Order: sequence, then structure tokens, then C-alpha cells
Amino acid sequence: MTGCVLEVCATGPLALLQDLGRPGLAHLGVSPSGAADRGAYQLGARLLAQGPLAAIEVTAGGLVLRTHGEVMISLTGAVAPADVDGHSVGYGAPLVLGDGQTLRLGAASAGLRSYVSVRGGVDVPPVLGSRSSDTLSGLGPAPLVVGDRLPVGPAPLDFPNVDQAPTLPPTGGPLVVHATRGPRSDWLADLGQLAARPWLVSSRSNRIGVRLEGATPARDPRRVDAELASEGVVRGSVQAPPSGELVIFLADHPVTGGYPVVAVVDDADLDVLAQAVPGQLVSLLLGRD
Amino acid sequence: MIIASQLLPCGAHALLIELGDTRAVLAAAAAIRDRMAARDGAFTDVVDVVPAATTVLVTIAGPDLDRLRSGLLRLESAPGPDGDAAGAEVVVEVHYDGPDLDEVARRTGLEVAEVIAAHTRTPWRAAFGGFAPGFAYLVGGDDRLSGVPRRGSPRSRVPSGSVALAGGYSAVYPRTSPGGWQLIGRTDVSVWSLDRDPPALLAPGTMVRFFDADGTSS
Repeated sequence: MTGCVLEVCATGPLALLQDLGRPGLAHLGVSPSGAADRGAYQLGARLLAQGPLAAIEVTAGGLVLRTHGEVMISLTGAVAPADVDGHSVGYGAPLVLGDGQTLRLGAASAGLRSYVSVRGGVDVPPVLGSRSSDTLSGLGPAPLVVGDRLPVGPAPLDFPNVDQAPTLPPTGGPLVVHATRGPRSDWLADLGQLAARPWLVSSRSNRIGVRLEGATPARDPRRVDAELASEGVVRGSVQAPPSGELVIFLADHPVTGGYPVVAVVDDADLDVLAQAVPGQLVSLLLGRD
Repeated sequence: MIIASQLLPCGAHALLIELGDTRAVLAAAAAIRDRMAARDGAFTDVVDVVPAATTVLVTIAGPDLDRLRSGLLRLESAPGPDGDAAGAEVVVEVHYDGPDLDEVARRTGLEVAEVIAAHTRTPWRAAFGGFAPGFAYLVGGDDRLSGVPRRGSPRSRVPSGSVALAGGYSAVYPRTSPGGWQLIGRTDVSVWSLDRDPPALLAPGTMVRFFDADGTSS
């Protein structure tokens, strides 16, 4: 299947190339980046019996691709209703598209990010070992635009042997996210205030982080006007700036931050947060240290 | 070198080490990298070592934080030069015409020519990065420049290549961005370039000498 191309006919609000990112370069100021919903991205790759090759991360649906050459794809993540030449196709299964067919994604009724993976991966030159688009620094491929012709890489040696991988699609209802105490939990008067009531996902959320609106948690009296020297932060860090909006870092988080990290979200729930839609409610549950 | 109370929780794959000052940070980062080079079993899973002004963040790929914790608690100072392993030495030619040069002179009580002389007299060392790809916090410069504060209000646009001072550090901006440091000059040297391997010119450990491009040699 070499020589195949995916032509971008529409992108929706944002379509980016992602793989597992470029971890291990934080000392150079480079964010790890990579697919925001790791689980969905990795399932997409497994369905095509391949390693972490570049896929398309579609935000809020709307992607339209035309094939040049026969390709095999998979759809995972938020269920943006999909059709090929007008015929409905499903998520969680390998799909073969013939030459000259059009894949169209609508708008998801729940969840935010869908992954369109292609067997062979999107074969553009990697930057610092990854084909991920880092929206904070601009490293990596540019966001997809109409007219892009995405080359498909050579098929891997393994052959797909999974017909269908049923998964629970992201929910539109209130989300529950588990977290543990962070390095600067003592900057809050009462860490339990994070869990006291649900937070609202802000429309200012993006791949850098999910922003949550709600009552500002009170600072410990000794820290009220204090400043923190910038320090390394991880994906899932829950930052509590003085203004009240919490930020939970996602894939394109900066390497260091100057606001106290009061909690860290569990790995498994980062995929849940990557699917959070503005207006959705999120409850934070603090686990045992 | 590190005691248990200095290890702060940071999720299932990381520990934040609170060290209090940059000298202790550089010593700890050097000791960790020394253990990694020696293939110490406690550190084989490390993904990132992120030093900052007063802390070092260590992240691992797997779930065994206890193994990392034991390794950190038994760290000893690494042999070798103070702080980080000696790296390459880079010369950065600077046109000392920055918009904050007069302000820095005023703050330090020096003449502008003396500020330039102080900045170029001693080598600086890249201690750590973080703010953006290729941005390095340089330490070790002339003491007279150590009290220069950040600007009261940041600029929304600091041109790429700007040479700056703040809080005891110096830096070269790798690309145009907002910034709150005092700008004393500019360089044509590109400190971040994807065409170069490695792309960061001032990786941690690199020695930097600033050179007055327009001055008479001292």
C-alpha cells in the first residue's frame, strides 16, 4: 500500500497528527506532546496491528478525507458519526477503503477527540523523533489544512486479527476523575475543597490543559501572597493559580510551571479528561496518598 | 544528600525533589545522571530529569516509584566538576544595545560599560531549561549582576536572540515570545535550531562566554 495518499477535504475545528509524542526531552524545554487520549490512540494502532505510527487526532469532528489508493483505517475515541461514500461505518474495527472513496466525520454527540488511524501511519518527517503536533511550542507538523495530501507509510508486517474492539464511548454526563495529593498540596488551606463540589469544563480548555471553573479553593494563610519558583510539572498536574480556575495539564503542557500543583490526576483518568467537552461537569476524587 | 522529607509526591510516575537552592539542584542532577550512566538499577526507568531553580523533577516510565525513591535516598555527590558535568563551551557574540541596559546600570550602580564588562568577564553555565525549547537559565556570572530583578511588567514581545538578565540568571531567548527579563543586548546566534543536532545550543552543562561584538577587546 505504499504510494497511497489521504487528501484532506475538510478539517473540522482542529485536526492534528499525533503519535506517542517526544518524551525524555524536558531538560531542553520540549513538552512530551502526543495523543491526548492515549487509550483511544493506542487502540486505533492495535486494530491495525501496528506500533505507534502517526494518526489524525480530530477535535469536535468534521474531518473529511479522500483516499488515493486503497487504505485500511480504524476509528476510535469520541464517536463522531462516520460514513464512507454515504454508508455508515463503525468505530473500533479495521475498515478497508478503496481508491477514491471519501470518509466523512460528523460532530460527536459526546466526547471531544476522535482518532483516525491508517495502516502504515501518516508518513511525514518526524521532528525530534515524533510526528506529534505540539500546540504549545509549534514543534512537529502544522495542523492539517484543506488540500493537505498525507502520504501513507508502508504497511507493517503483522496482520490485523481483531474484527471489533467494543469500548465504552466517552460520556456526555458528569465525569469523575481520580487524583492524589500533589507536591504543593500544602498551599491550600484544605485540599478536600477540590472534591467538595463539581467543576465546570471551560471553553478555554485545549491540549495544553483542561481549565475548570468553580469556587477558588482557599490558600493556606501562610501562602496567600507567596510566589513559587517555576518547577517541573507532569501531565495530569492540577495547578491552582490564585485566580480560581484550576488547570489540569494534558499532552502539550509546559515543562515547568510557577503555580502550585496541589494534586495529580491518575493516568487512566487523563484519557477521560482528554474527552471532556466545555460545559461538562467534572468531579475530582482524592485518593489515598 | 537527599532525605525523605525532600521527596514530594507527584503522581504515580514522578517525584519532585525540593532542594532549596540552585547549587544543590545542580549537585543532585549531576548525581542522578552519574547513577544513570552507571546503569544503577534504581534509575533505569527514568524518562526525564528536570532541574529548576530549587527543585529537580524525576519521572519514570513504569509504576515502581519505590525503587526510584530508594535510589534517590542513597544518592551521593557525583565526582567531577562542581554541579553539572563540564560540557561544550560556546561563545555568544552580543550587540549590547538592549532597551533595559540603562535600567540594569541604574539597578547595579555600574556604568553601562561596566555592566557589559561584568557580563562578558566570566563564563556562565547553562544550569537548566524549561520555559521554551532551547531556553536555558545561565548561572555563575559576575556577582554584581546578581541583584537585577525581573521587569515590573513583562513585554508582550521579546525578539528572538535577545540577551537578558533577571534574578541572578542570564539567558538568550530562542524565539520571539512574551518575557519579563531585562534585555541588555541581542545576538545573531541561534540557540535553538532543528537543523542542528542537538537542536539546543545551550543544553544543561554547556559553558557560555559572552563577547562584546561592538567593543574593543579587553
